Amino acid sequence: MSVRSRPLFAALLSHWRRRPGQLATLLIGLALATALWSGVQALNAQARSSYDDAATALAGVQAPMLLPEEGATMPERVFVELRRAGWPVSPLVEGSLEVDGVTLRVLGIDPVSLPSGVGLPLFNPDDASPAALFLGDGLTLVSTDTLAELGAAEGDAPVVPAGALPPLTLQDDLAPALAVMDIGAAQRLLGRSGEISALALGSDRSRIIAPMDAATDQMLTRSLPREDGDLAGLADSLHLCLTAFGFLSFTVGLFIVHSAVGLAFEQRRPVLRTLRALGVPRRRLAAALVLELAGFAVVAGLAGMALGYVFAALLLPDVAASLRGLYGADVPGELRLDWTWWLAGLAISLVGTLVASASSLAKVWRMPILAPALPEAWHGEERRWLRWQSVAAVTLLALAALLGLLGSGLYAGFAMMGALLIGAALLLPAVLAVALTLGARTAERPEATWFWADGRQQLSGLSFALMALLLALSVNVGVGAMVGSFRTTFLSWLDQRLAPEIFWNAPDEARAGEIRDWLTAQPGVREILSRGDAEVRFADAPTSVVGVSDAASLRASFPFLAAEADPWDRLSAGTAAFISEQLARREGLELGAAIEVPGDTGLASYTVAGIFADYGNPRGQIRIGLAEFRTLFPDVPVTAHSVRADPAQTAALVAEMRDRFALPAGRLIDQERLKAFSRAIFERTFVVTGALNTLTLAVAGVALLTSLLTLAETRLPQLAPLWALGLRRGRLARLELLRMVALAAITAVVALPLGLALAWVLVAIINVEAFGWRLPLYHFPRDWVVLYALALLTALAATALPAWRLAHMAPARLLKVFADER
Amino acid sequence: MNVRRILGGAVAAALLLAPPAAAQGFAGLGTTVEGYAEVVPGRTFSFPEDHGPHPEFRIEWWYVTATLADADGRSFGLQWTLFRQAMTPDGRDEGWASNQIWMGHAAATSAESHAHAELFARGGTGQAGAVAAPFSAWIDGWEMTSEEEAFSPLRLRAQGADFAYDLRLVTDVLPVLQGDRGFSLKSDQGQASYYFSQPAFTAEGTLTIDGATHQVTGQAWMDREFSSQPLADDQDGWDWFALRLSDDVDLMLYRLRHAEGDNYFSGNWIENGVSTLLPRGAVRLEPERWTEVAGREVPTHWRVSVPDRDVALSVTPLNAQSWMDTSFPYWEGPVRFEGSHSGVGFLEMTGY
Amino acid sequence: MLRVQDVRKSYVTPQGPVPVLAGVDLALGAGETLALTGESGSGKSTLLHLIAGLDSVDGGSIALGDRDIGALDEAGRAALRRTEVGLVFQQFNLIPSLSVEANLSFQARLADRYDAVWVQELAARLGLAELLQRYPEQLSGGQQQRVAIGRALAARPALLLADEPTGNLDEQASDAVMDLTADLVARTGCAFLMVTHSRDLAARLDRRVHLSNGKVQAVETPPGRAATG
Repeated sequence: MSVRSRPLFAALLSHWRRRPGQLATLLIGLALATALWSGVQALNAQARSSYDDAATALAGVQAPMLLPEEGATMPERVFVELRRAGWPVSPLVEGSLEVDGVTLRVLGIDPVSLPSGVGLPLFNPDDASPAALFLGDGLTLVSTDTLAELGAAEGDAPVVPAGALPPLTLQDDLAPALAVMDIGAAQRLLGRSGEISALALGSDRSRIIAPMDAATDQMLTRSLPREDGDLAGLADSLHLCLTAFGFLSFTVGLFIVHSAVGLAFEQRRPVLRTLRALGVPRRRLAAALVLELAGFAVVAGLAGMALGYVFAALLLPDVAASLRGLYGADVPGELRLDWTWWLAGLAISLVGTLVASASSLAKVWRMPILAPALPEAWHGEERRWLRWQSVAAVTLLALAALLGLLGSGLYAGFAMMGALLIGAALLLPAVLAVALTLGARTAERPEATWFWADGRQQLSGLSFALMALLLALSVNVGVGAMVGSFRTTFLSWLDQRLAPEIFWNAPDEARAGEIRDWLTAQPGVREILSRGDAEVRFADAPTSVVGVSDAASLRASFPFLAAEADPWDRLSAGTAAFISEQLARREGLELGAAIEVPGDTGLASYTVAGIFADYGNPRGQIRIGLAEFRTLFPDVPVTAHSVRADPAQTAALVAEMRDRFALPAGRLIDQERLKAFSRAIFERTFVVTGALNTLTLAVAGVALLTSLLTLAETRLPQLAPLWALGLRRGRLARLELLRMVALAAITAVVALPLGLALAWVLVAIINVEAFGWRLPLYHFPRDWVVLYALALLTALAATALPAWRLAHMAPARLLKVFADER
Repeated sequence: MNVRRILGGAVAAALLLAPPAAAQGFAGLGTTVEGYAEVVPGRTFSFPEDHGPHPEFRIEWWYVTATLADADGRSFGLQWTLFRQAMTPDGRDEGWASNQIWMGHAAATSAESHAHAELFARGGTGQAGAVAAPFSAWIDGWEMTSEEEAFSPLRLRAQGADFAYDLRLVTDVLPVLQGDRGFSLKSDQGQASYYFSQPAFTAEGTLTIDGATHQVTGQAWMDREFSSQPLADDQDGWDWFALRLSDDVDLMLYRLRHAEGDNYFSGNWIENGVSTLLPRGAVRLEPERWTEVAGREVPTHWRVSVPDRDVALSVTPLNAQSWMDTSFPYWEGPVRFEGSHSGVGFLEMTGY
Repeated sequence: MLRVQDVRKSYVTPQGPVPVLAGVDLALGAGETLALTGESGSGKSTLLHLIAGLDSVDGGSIALGDRDIGALDEAGRAALRRTEVGLVFQQFNLIPSLSVEANLSFQARLADRYDAVWVQELAARLGLAELLQRYPEQLSGGQQQRVAIGRALAARPALLLADEPTGNLDEQASDAVMDLTADLVARTGCAFLMVTHSRDLAARLDRRVHLSNGKVQAVETPPGRAATG
């Protein structure tokens, strides 16, 4: 016997036609869940590219370089000679140029030969073509900050003694005070016609037909890109945490969907019964419901993706999330979403919807055709449900604890986080039930008794919305703590790491001595720190050995995690070494341990007198005194230096060093600008994360509201007798409002420890597993208070509408409950 | 011939200039010519000067194809092309201020595989360029250079990730003028280029492909063409043949495909160094079989006939997948033909 | 005790106002019992709701003791329901989240008239003493209705109102409930007004008023009762 689909769907869908509000509730729930997920994903991708830009800007051109062995420049013909021999080189000219009182670092490039993938954030989407750099008047690419510092507008062509700069053009994510232009223009402005500073070396070696020394008589040294692995590592870590955040948001979304779908089924229970009674087979009905859900998931998923895109775009005001992004145009600095993003979003929405509705579908499957004669036996049912759920919750929490104790690896970390979250969420109704029972014990007056007792009854209907609220709140606490800790750590690390105002690296030791002597004589120079770097195999892994000066500024700010007494004196005396946290963790080394460092001249023994934070560095590090270093590695030149100087004189000092010692950029760096730039980029993510947190909470609030609105209908038979017994509508409404705030308040209390546990898992387990170092966890109690207030406010806002409707409900509607003549 | 190579300069232009290139004609070749020298009939060619560049024209190319075989009789083909394009009509070519962009294409083809590479360079520094005498044209390590003062013999070499070749080209005949005494009309609207060829080189050297190096011999053909706007707006590609009918006779034929209306056919009969423009309507080029290449349908097998000259050929490719996956992709590879004559030649097809 | 004078009530529907009560007069003395009968739609439940202060009249007046219900505001009517009126519904309408005991004493506590001894006695008389810790869903229909009657009488109202109290019960349970009600009404001395469509049930009360088309069609005193009435 076949069942025709049309009437079946007509009957199913007619429900929504009569109750458009309920349909809206369902679709909004689905769309918001998808939006949350997709928004976080989009932001995540964006954050990733921002960090890449930051790392690039810090490092400059990310390719191996060929530098002249002597002097700051070499003739341009070297470029042609090497190209003709098949070497993939591209010329660069660098220098500083005072423009309208501002010292700019000018970088001249040849965009045609520049190897691809060197990571220079060049070319705004509008600029279309790299040839624009040299055609016509050409372009000078500068960042917004630089433009502001120059007090110039886009299109201006400032004039310097050697002529006019090519018109200024904005290029996001360029380092501050850096001007990128065509090599021809740069040579002209810097007075270096026919000269180049360096050759960037590409990776395609397939066309080389002659060795380098046969191709040119120029003596060249190779230099690898400056290692800013630390920053990249830190960015990776934050990115991982953001990924976890995306996962958490999705979990919140799943609960919201579950809540929305569950209510939608509940409301249609009579219709479904009637359909079954009229001869629709169970299988057929379930299939129709799945199909209907899938349809809703697609519609709401699309809307949610669009919404997520808008969220992301709004949250990144400085990123032009133009429509072009939708079409997949590959332009940096723009919110770029290709079709896989859309597809993944839809798939998530679809799969999430089906997973979240599995239990509701199962209910329909088991639903008896005839309604039970008596009203739902809620009390016993509730108890069974609470018991079952609590068992599942406790099992999951035990699993989380077990994973924390015994598990290792990143996946164990994520599994632990998942078990912790879901377990806590499942436990919430039981916790609330206990709290409500305790409340009921204290109740004297009948109103109060009812207030608490009825709260329990509402639990089953509201539990998923409340779980979503719990997760949203704890994600807020957790991510807030994580990001806050990150921020605190990052900023202080940045301060320590980039404390010296100037960093320079001489081509050789003789030159280094010259520069040191000159610097010592300069007013405004406070301290000059030398540093030697060597690579050794320690405990069978590549490890850096760094010789450092014992300097007051280092003593003051060195990021020790643990240290014995007088570490610096013992370091200078050559008896002690400091090791990085990563190395200590990996090798299980503690303070006081003896280590042997393999130097070029033999093994040297030290006591570990300090363990220091080295966030983001994938490689272990051992620090020894500079004198020890020279003894152990006599052939390694000590050329890297940092200078503590009067900040007011730094810029002038840097400019003079550049000119006097012809140090190419990359060998001389004004740290203050770098610091400001990288701080700005990270700050952007922190702001965005904060906004997203608020959004998650708002979405949980909407879930609560929609749940309450749908429940309001079914609550009438329970409220009407109370009204009949003499409780006024306004009073009932206030009680409803108060009850919801109480539930939210209890939920928020549970959310705090859960959120902190979450943050702890993120920084102490996942980060350690992924990167080998532990982010210190800071707490921000003031944020908790704000969040608590926000939770109550959310509940209040969500309850306001249903409560208002109750307070103003026509008596006739309440009477209907009693009217048996209906 | 070359219409084809038209691609050259155009490609560079399209790549480096506005991205929505190729909006007009293949590879942007249908754009306007204001400020550049015009192509008009009756130009007097002189050598060796005309072997060098003509920067007053917008685009120009040096183009060599060779059909080769090793001692075991295995067939190979290669292409070496240097394109020049002026980005502006002011003729600057000094240092970084040069307005010239150069592009190189090189490829080697066997029956089993087809390998190619592409290079770009700016003019003015010496990274790429051409000089008339002693002749040399180069980009990076790829070059075509006279061994001595005289034009011939030439050394031709290029290499990429999966191929390399190094050949010696020898000829004792003078260049032949294509079209009407070097004026090669490309459409009924008057678009034209200056076009001459060196059809009869003997070639000898080494060719590396598929990981093996072969000693090869064969023939090579050089085309030189320069112009400022060789294609009409509605022409979206061409099919070009260079066929060696016998030791004495070479045949160059092409068809320019119009988006709408009749295609434009032309060709030259080159016999004992004398080039004759074939009359309108004398050339018939008909696709015989289409092959899926790089996700598109390309006519890799042809019927070629010039009834007035008793030519009726069936042309088949050595490797139907001779696809140049460059900035502007096209098909280019060695062919064989049977019928009234049998031999080898080269085929280039663009705009598919 | 209860005086209903010329009460009119109509309901607004999309098709216009539909008169339900078109001038009803009724009086009930203290301790008197009265059955309100009528066809479906005759307005008997509406009249009951109006007397209970659940709804307001369009015209006429309803006085309970010396208070005019029509003149009371919502707060006044709510207070009246709490203190002076006991309500029993066909659907029982117990509070599912509260135990039997809490349900029983709920209204009395609400009205601040809780008398533990009296509630205990009610429970005993209603046969609920063993069921006090249960929840409504765990009771049979008859038991639930007994709780509802207990709840209604716990505050010692002057007037007990019941709307088809046995409509959801089988005959046996129905008889038991009616017996208990009659017994308790007699004990408390409150007036009792019951809406029913059953002549048999109506016959057990002092008087019967039959409503039809929104008006009182007949007032009769069952023959067996005349003597005692």
